[in-house]
Amino acid sequence: MRTPRLGSVAGATALCLLAATACSGGGGGDGDDRMHVWMYQDTLVVVQEGAVERFNAESETEAVIDEVPGDNYEERLRTAMGSSERPDVFFNWGGGSIEPYVEQDMLQPLDDMLADNPEFADSFIPSILEAGQVSGVQYGIPLRGTQPVILFYNETVFEEAGVEPPETWDDILGLVDTLQEEGVTPFALAGADPWTEQMWLQYLVDRIGGPEVFARIVEGDSEGWRDPAVLEAAQMVQELVDDGAFGDSYASVSYTEGAASALLSEGRAAMHLMGSWEYSTILDQDEEFARENLGYVEFPPIEGGEGDPDNVVGNPTNFFSVTAETDHMDAALEFLTYTSEEEYVADMVENGEVPTTTNAEEAVADSPSPDFATFQYEMVRDAPHFQLSWDQALPPEVATPMVTEIESLFNGQSTPEQFVDALAAL
Amino acid sequence: MTGRSSSQETGDTMTGNPAAEDPGAGNRPPRGPRPGGPRDGSAARAAAPRTGRPGPLWAVPGLLYFAFFAALPMVLVAYLSLTSWGGLGTPRFIGMENWSRLVADPLMRQAVWLSLMLTALSWIVQTPISLLLGVWAAGRQRSRAVLSAVFFLPLLLSSAAIALIWKALLDPNFGPLAWLGPRLGLGSVDVLGGTNSAFLMIVFVSAWQFIPLHMLLYQGGARQIPPSLYQAAEIDGAGRLLAFWHITLPQLRHTITTSSVLMVVGSLTYFDTVLIMTGGGPGTSTTIVPFLMYRAGFESWELGYASTVAFTLVLVATVVSLLMVRFTGFGKMRSTREGM
Repeated sequence: MRTPRLGSVAGATALCLLAATACSGGGGGDGDDRMHVWMYQDTLVVVQEGAVERFNAESETEAVIDEVPGDNYEERLRTAMGSSERPDVFFNWGGGSIEPYVEQDMLQPLDDMLADNPEFADSFIPSILEAGQVSGVQYGIPLRGTQPVILFYNETVFEEAGVEPPETWDDILGLVDTLQEEGVTPFALAGADPWTEQMWLQYLVDRIGGPEVFARIVEGDSEGWRDPAVLEAAQMVQELVDDGAFGDSYASVSYTEGAASALLSEGRAAMHLMGSWEYSTILDQDEEFARENLGYVEFPPIEGGEGDPDNVVGNPTNFFSVTAETDHMDAALEFLTYTSEEEYVADMVENGEVPTTTNAEEAVADSPSPDFATFQYEMVRDAPHFQLSWDQALPPEVATPMVTEIESLFNGQSTPEQFVDALAAL
Repeated sequence: MTGRSSSQETGDTMTGNPAAEDPGAGNRPPRGPRPGGPRDGSAARAAAPRTGRPGPLWAVPGLLYFAFFAALPMVLVAYLSLTSWGGLGTPRFIGMENWSRLVADPLMRQAVWLSLMLTALSWIVQTPISLLLGVWAAGRQRSRAVLSAVFFLPLLLSSAAIALIWKALLDPNFGPLAWLGPRLGLGSVDVLGGTNSAFLMIVFVSAWQFIPLHMLLYQGGARQIPPSLYQAAEIDGAGRLLAFWHITLPQLRHTITTSSVLMVVGSLTYFDTVLIMTGGGPGTSTTIVPFLMYRAGFESWELGYASTVAFTLVLVATVVSLLMVRFTGFGKMRSTREGM
């Protein structure tokens, strides 16, 4: 081991040089004694702002929200965590997204806090709260609505083609043929953002082999990719691609720029497998379509598969974590309990989110789109397992090449066998 | 074509030159004693002690700047390349592990190949076009000013804007290509979704972006060529093509070197367009070395390995530019005006 002092100096300096954001300050723990809460910047932050207001009215410590622009939230966070500018409480995705910090003992375990507040602990849907654990230790408290992956479809297109939404895998294969004859692309797919392709594999692997297959991989056993379920899922993807299920120009379609959603709402594609946020994306693009003709079903079961057909994949929710070295530990832990309060839940519902608290059932009836909110809530509540998105569950040095391999599989640049070999070698 | 007026007002009257084909012959700077000529040189040397020659001390600000902003970071990157570091905590020293991984990494091999291809193709595409445009723009044609301004436009846009514009133009579903493709009987055209087509688009967009800069270099270079050379060539009966080949090209050789070094180093470190237009994809088809470095550093958070890639890039770019300067004779500082 070299002199650690030189190392950390070299490291800090190099990071400053590498990342322009590193040394630009931007709100952090030192310099003032307010408690800094980092939030991913979007329209939903109003919910957390409400919580901070209520918190500040009661607490001696003053909390303040630092909104970080979404595009490079993770880069900014990572850089800040490596410096003295780290936040006290921060927004994250749980799983692999916080694992590096856990390894460095940078996060506060929350098990004791939950044990001391059993009422608070019981206020969340268990499968969701569990997703805030790393290796069995609780590090995250749910702060947002749930985001399961749902199969959206265009009801108008289905009516014109005289078909019904799929209930089995055979239905899907049948629809791929029928819809193409009608001149419609069966599935919109944003191939330039390979995490959208990942959703297909997540569901297929879970339906075929159950959650155990990926659980083994998350534990760091890359041989887990050689599970027959992965190969079978990859072969099914290849079959879909070859059958033209995604059309022939999806490789450069982007999700974040709204292209894939527009294909669905314009009726050029019939279905779109996407996270529940697709609803608000389309609401934004074409409100009338979203309210009248946007259909949604759960991903169909696969005959002979071992996974429970009620299992769900996606992002269970987002989490708040507390940094271990914060000067405001008590205040931070106190702040976390505000996330299950009635006002907080009501604010979430009002902004179109589906809360992950057990008492949210009546609340979702007040949602601006109650049918969709109820569908989503029940789907998540009844799911025996909620699989966190693979690229969030795995540490980044594995997730990055994995996502590239998924992209290559969907582009036909690699065969299912090559796909499995490449992943097992990660 | 030489693209260059060989006529000059004094020349026309003196020789009755038939090449008054260019009515727009403009004003030339008056001929005076050439600075740096032998006679002036000796005078300057005599005056030197009084004006004070630059001492080594004069280089200190520049050296300090270089040390802090170039040398020090490079040393740190060299050190980081021997560590495993995720941006948190202390880098862990792991010796040559990153380097052996680099050598064995198929992605790195592909990235090196793609970077070399990008460099070679960029040079092949950009040099002839910007040379011809530049020489043409140095002339006195009437359309020149307007067209030069038009050609110059891409240089005013930022790389990010250019990449976004082209990405939108090439959108397979909502761009103009989506409309044009079926009408040309091509079906759907997903240019950025194809392995080779995406790479060629990167070459094309970088050419579109940088040709104006190199055109400007060549324009400046061509304007520097003394008109007397062309007059002499004309007396000897050389046509435009011959004059271009035997006067313009050799006279531009330093400009060619400058422009080529810029192109080569620029292509080796090309990054932003790839990030925005293709994100290194489809798959890894456009993952050139700088993008691989970004991916390793800021997506995989393997800053040690990313530093290894970065340091390789520094080494390669330095060696390539040194070789180019050496083999083109640029370093010898031989004037193109020798014997004049």
